[in-house]
Amino acid sequence: MWQWFHKLGSPKWFFGIATRFMPWLLILGLGLLAAGIVWGLAFAPKDYLQGNSYRIIFIHVPTAFIAQSAYIMMAVAAVVTLVWRMKLADVFVKAVAPVGLVLTFLSLFTGAVWGKPTWGTWWIWDARLTSMLILLFLYGGVIALDRAINDEKSAARAVAVLVLVGVVNIPIIKYSVEWWNTLHQPATFKLTEKPSMPAEMWVPLVLSILGLYLLFGWLACLRMQTEILQREQRTKWVREMITAGRS
Amino acid sequence: MNADARPVIKPIRNGVGAFAAMKAVFARDLKVAFRQKQDLLNPLLFFVMVVSLFPLGVSPEVSFLREAGAGILWVAALLSVLLSLDHLFRHDFDDGTLEQLVLQPQPLFLLVLAKTLAHWMLTGLPLVLLTPVLGVMVHQEGNSIAVLCLTLLIGTPVLSLIGAIGAALTLGLRSAGVLLSLLIIPLYIPVLIFGTGTVAAAADGASVGAYVALMAAFLVLAVTLAPFAAAAALRISLSNG
Repeated sequence: MWQWFHKLGSPKWFFGIATRFMPWLLILGLGLLAAGIVWGLAFAPKDYLQGNSYRIIFIHVPTAFIAQSAYIMMAVAAVVTLVWRMKLADVFVKAVAPVGLVLTFLSLFTGAVWGKPTWGTWWIWDARLTSMLILLFLYGGVIALDRAINDEKSAARAVAVLVLVGVVNIPIIKYSVEWWNTLHQPATFKLTEKPSMPAEMWVPLVLSILGLYLLFGWLACLRMQTEILQREQRTKWVREMITAGRS
Repeated sequence: MNADARPVIKPIRNGVGAFAAMKAVFARDLKVAFRQKQDLLNPLLFFVMVVSLFPLGVSPEVSFLREAGAGILWVAALLSVLLSLDHLFRHDFDDGTLEQLVLQPQPLFLLVLAKTLAHWMLTGLPLVLLTPVLGVMVHQEGNSIAVLCLTLLIGTPVLSLIGAIGAALTLGLRSAGVLLSLLIIPLYIPVLIFGTGTVAAAADGASVGAYVALMAAFLVLAVTLAPFAAAAALRISLSNG
């Protein structure tokens, strides 16, 4: 167990194992996502209330779901950075933050596109929309802080502190925004409440969530590899690998 | 050589308790601040100016101001606390005092708490004291003004405490001011929501006990957790240079 834990701290070991797993992540992820989206867009039954416009759910929900869980993963990695000073953990935080930002943006964007036909407006100050917007701000802050600090080690630890402060605040923000919304604005708009989604709807949804998760993993690995190469460019193994690839 | 001629090395005393050290830091910060009075006035002027922009920019109608006044005052107070945060550690960082503080045997988070408390006394508290005047100017009723002052009294220390984390993280960076705002504003949102929510509830004639209790809970949470995070951030920023 502990040997594995120490190996995980070695960028070289991670680089090798990631190279082996990444094609699988990519193929499986693309396959599942394609299956989920095609099934969802073409074969799933129409919603009785929203008609075809609900079908954006097969993109909207996966992006929102992973945007949120990516922040939680970053927080776990931040704890690892601060407690064990593991190099890979801060590489992970640095690599994933922009991906999370993009996913959050995509979920807001698809939400707006979905909101137009359903609610008749691109944007409402609904609790969930607002908390996603704040998540976008949090991601933006993490990236901005990381870019602003030149020293790699300080940047990693400062970002870790910020991510942890953010993760303590996320539940507070979520509940206070919900409270605020119910306080000021009676629920004029509501997502159609479906007590139970039929299986033809939720199976493709689960497929596309899993597929996007795997793709997220692939992208995270790719970005981590790039970051590792940059950081370790003076080490022997990187030089050997690059020259071996060149010859 | 006569042994008596050698300077007597006194045993190092760790005798200064944490509380005494906190008091010393607090008193020093107040003293330093009162020697640069303009720095004390600036956030207050900013507060008044931002509030006066809303009647000019949106509408001077009594009905609008009565509706939006509490929110305007809260946003303006939030922004002026944000503006003043840059001073919290900056001067001490520039002249090396901060490094001495970090080296003290007393726990750093307590010293940070003392500094933050001093910061609140110098910015948050004056804002609360100014609020009745501005509240009248934006046509708030007596009861609303009282509740508004109460929420600001509980809320501004939370703003200072959370802000201390951001100020510590961005210490010594280029364009620290903008960065500080980017990091901290999302974290201020719950305080803002409950601060204005309390006043809205009071204006509707509802009971505000639950709101005030929740804001007090925020304060307790911030007092217990934020100094640790700020102290950790300070150590990181100081190791940066």
